[in-house]
Amino acid sequence: MKRQTLEQKLAILSDAAKYDASCASSGGTKRDSRDGRGLGSVTGSGICHAYAPDGRCISLLKILMTNFCIYDCAYCINRVSSNVERARFTPEEVVTLTLEFYRRNYIEGLFLSSGIIRTPDDTMADMVRIARTLRQEHRFRGYIHLKTIPDADPKLIEEAGLYADRLSINVELPTDRAVKAYAPEKNPDQIRRSMADVRVLKEAQKEKSFTGRRPPRFAPAGQSTQMIVGADGASDATILQSSTRLYSSYRLKRVYYSAFSPIPDASKVLPLVKPPLMREHRLYQADWLMRFYGFDVGEITGDRPDGNLDLGIDPKLAWALANRHRFPVEVNRADREMLLRVPGFGTRTVERILQTRRHRDLRYADLLRMGANLKNARPFMSLLDWSPRRLADAADLRARFAPAPVQMSLF
Amino acid sequence: MYRVTLPVTGTAEAWRDRARALISAGVAPENIVWHHGQPEADLFGAGEPLPQGAGAVTVPKAFLSLANLVLWHRDPERFARVYAMLWALQRDRGLLSDRGDPRVARLNAMAKEVGRDRHKMTAFLRFREVGDPDATRRRFAAWFEPDNFIVEPTAPFFAKRFGDMDWSIFTPDLTVHFDGKLRFAPGKAKPPLPQDATEELWRTYFRSIFNPARVKVKAMQAEMPRKYWKNMPEAALIPEMLASAGTRARDMAAAAPTMAPARAAKVLRRVHADQALRFESQDRFRVELQGCRRCPLWENATQPVAGEGPLDARLMFVGEQPGDQEDLTGRPFVGPAGQLFDRVLADVGIDRTTVYVTNAVKHFKFAPRGKRRLHRSPDRGEIQHCKWWLDLERGRVNPGLIVAMGGTALESLTGTRDGILRRRGGIEQTPDGMKVLVTVHPSYILRLPDRTRQAEETARFRADLDQARRSVG
Repeated sequence: MKRQTLEQKLAILSDAAKYDASCASSGGTKRDSRDGRGLGSVTGSGICHAYAPDGRCISLLKILMTNFCIYDCAYCINRVSSNVERARFTPEEVVTLTLEFYRRNYIEGLFLSSGIIRTPDDTMADMVRIARTLRQEHRFRGYIHLKTIPDADPKLIEEAGLYADRLSINVELPTDRAVKAYAPEKNPDQIRRSMADVRVLKEAQKEKSFTGRRPPRFAPAGQSTQMIVGADGASDATILQSSTRLYSSYRLKRVYYSAFSPIPDASKVLPLVKPPLMREHRLYQADWLMRFYGFDVGEITGDRPDGNLDLGIDPKLAWALANRHRFPVEVNRADREMLLRVPGFGTRTVERILQTRRHRDLRYADLLRMGANLKNARPFMSLLDWSPRRLADAADLRARFAPAPVQMSLF
Repeated sequence: MYRVTLPVTGTAEAWRDRARALISAGVAPENIVWHHGQPEADLFGAGEPLPQGAGAVTVPKAFLSLANLVLWHRDPERFARVYAMLWALQRDRGLLSDRGDPRVARLNAMAKEVGRDRHKMTAFLRFREVGDPDATRRRFAAWFEPDNFIVEPTAPFFAKRFGDMDWSIFTPDLTVHFDGKLRFAPGKAKPPLPQDATEELWRTYFRSIFNPARVKVKAMQAEMPRKYWKNMPEAALIPEMLASAGTRARDMAAAAPTMAPARAAKVLRRVHADQALRFESQDRFRVELQGCRRCPLWENATQPVAGEGPLDARLMFVGEQPGDQEDLTGRPFVGPAGQLFDRVLADVGIDRTTVYVTNAVKHFKFAPRGKRRLHRSPDRGEIQHCKWWLDLERGRVNPGLIVAMGGTALESLTGTRDGILRRRGGIEQTPDGMKVLVTVHPSYILRLPDRTRQAEETARFRADLDQARRSVG
């Protein structure tokens, strides 16, 4: 094989990494290099250093160590049966790229993933070596996210957690059946066990040992996962049930939903369709409702005949339209729980309403200044100088929010 | 009329000093004219000398953090606005928590603009190397054009992040130099910065990480407005990337599936052989249990939890089902109830490694609630389905005595849990004739709200276990 330049490898191995949606750089332990003896800092909240025209943020140098892979996952561009061009970084190359990009303020840190070469243990050991070199030799204090290999030795995962801020393992697809069909070399039981291991290791770190000393920090920014949406036939209800289970079982920070996207040299078992970007967006909205607005999955998808979210309007609005008897909400009286259910009121708006209500009753103009989305909220709320009157009962209420039907594009 | 001129650096601190003096002297906002840097042409004369000294002025904490942002805004009225708020707060201490008040809303909006501007500076500023790459402290420089006067308050971010290198940030308003210490100098026009080869690698990365099948220009521009593009080396690529995205996506869709490379089949054969080997080397009982689909409980659980202990154990303990910790670790009785169980075992002198410990139901049944899992008791059907596994374990171990801990175990072993508290302490039989000692589940003891009752029940539990130990000798 012809020798590839660093630039060629970077092109191949970042192209290979782009199907991973996660790019968060938040939640790490706060640290900095003010002492002049290292490089980097973590402020707690992440920074997105650029945005690509696909609307995704670029926060970390997201690359694969190698895109050689011995597995054959149908949805993946790097599967063994694909003819994609292959490359492999040396650990030193990954370290240099990370540090040089970081010094120029291009990135918050490194998100390292890899195809599986030789064995899962070998692959994981190389990834851990890169993280260790960054931390120990170069005193790198920026963010590191390692994608762990589920079948790797738990000892390697444990070591990875000492250097990485975040660990993640992809569940890949929403159901075990789909994983078995499209990622036959992967074992969904093993993926779950690995996530369980990470939670146990992370919680063990909180307990002081009998000597009173704390064990070293383990993946302070927690763990996350990703599932591909639209490759198998799973409904949104199934997907959201699956994430509810993942959040509660493994204390995940995030479940990422990635619209199945055409890849170069696609496998013939999967259809090449336009990625369902709106569906992906609605799933994230529903995910937010479950985590921050007190909704449970049954409420969000229960009224949907096929278990899929309404693509035309957001899930909170859809819930409000299906539960009109609970509206209008009296903004000056309602409790937090009910305020959070008003379309157009975000968590911050609700916080502000509650804060201000301690002083006085609110008027319409107050809500405007608090940043509420009144176009959505109007039919569902009442206050001193606003009542939706018949608006809340209007039969065509949904039509007021749903986008006008458009002619299908040819492509 | 008072005239206050604030310096270009240390502005916020200077404002605080002057404002403290003015407010404690009771000077109303309309009697002060604020200047930043050079005072403008003198229309009203020099103004009165500023009041000296400072009485104690207290302000809510929220005001300080708000002022600390708003004072760096470019709005010429910012100093007066913040002073007016300070003035108003003297009469109404709670004013800031009125989020509908127009003055509060205005200041919050300004603070948000400054905060966003600062954040974007930390995000979109790009350094170029301007010194010797082999030097112990390497040297970098950047040019940036912020909307507001944010360079001074944002400089510490860069000092903390890039502590082991020297750097300068040039902006039209202010220049910052860092060599271990921050120094400020007047702003200047954009200086020429030498080419940096790493920029080309970065552009390669930006081009390659983009997925042409999902174009979302609005989402990109909402977060990375065009005004920043001119100073970002990667942004020049965007028009070309967008122009070719459609064709690239269509080409991907149109391309026919290719033949797998020759090595693929060989590699996969080896992978499958390895996996089969690993599979076969495992304990059959565990492998079969792992694949159990007799009831739907497996769907939500991490893994089934098999019994643990030597297969020639004389004593077998059966609990209800794995809990949160057991589900995660794959081992029975390791959570809070397991710890109580271990303590009482040790009290009566039973070595846990010599007994077989298992559950009537092998998967954890729970209801997810946010980040918690709430225990749900298994129903009759689930207990029945899982009895199959318990029977297998009983057959494998063939213990002298089984201790049924709690109703579920009792139901599974004897067919009914009715009257468990009356039956406890007694020895019964399974339908196939194994001896069963009845007791409660340790989690029953943990759930008792009353400390004395807990102690009493623990004592009875201890007595039951002691009886078990004696009866198998």
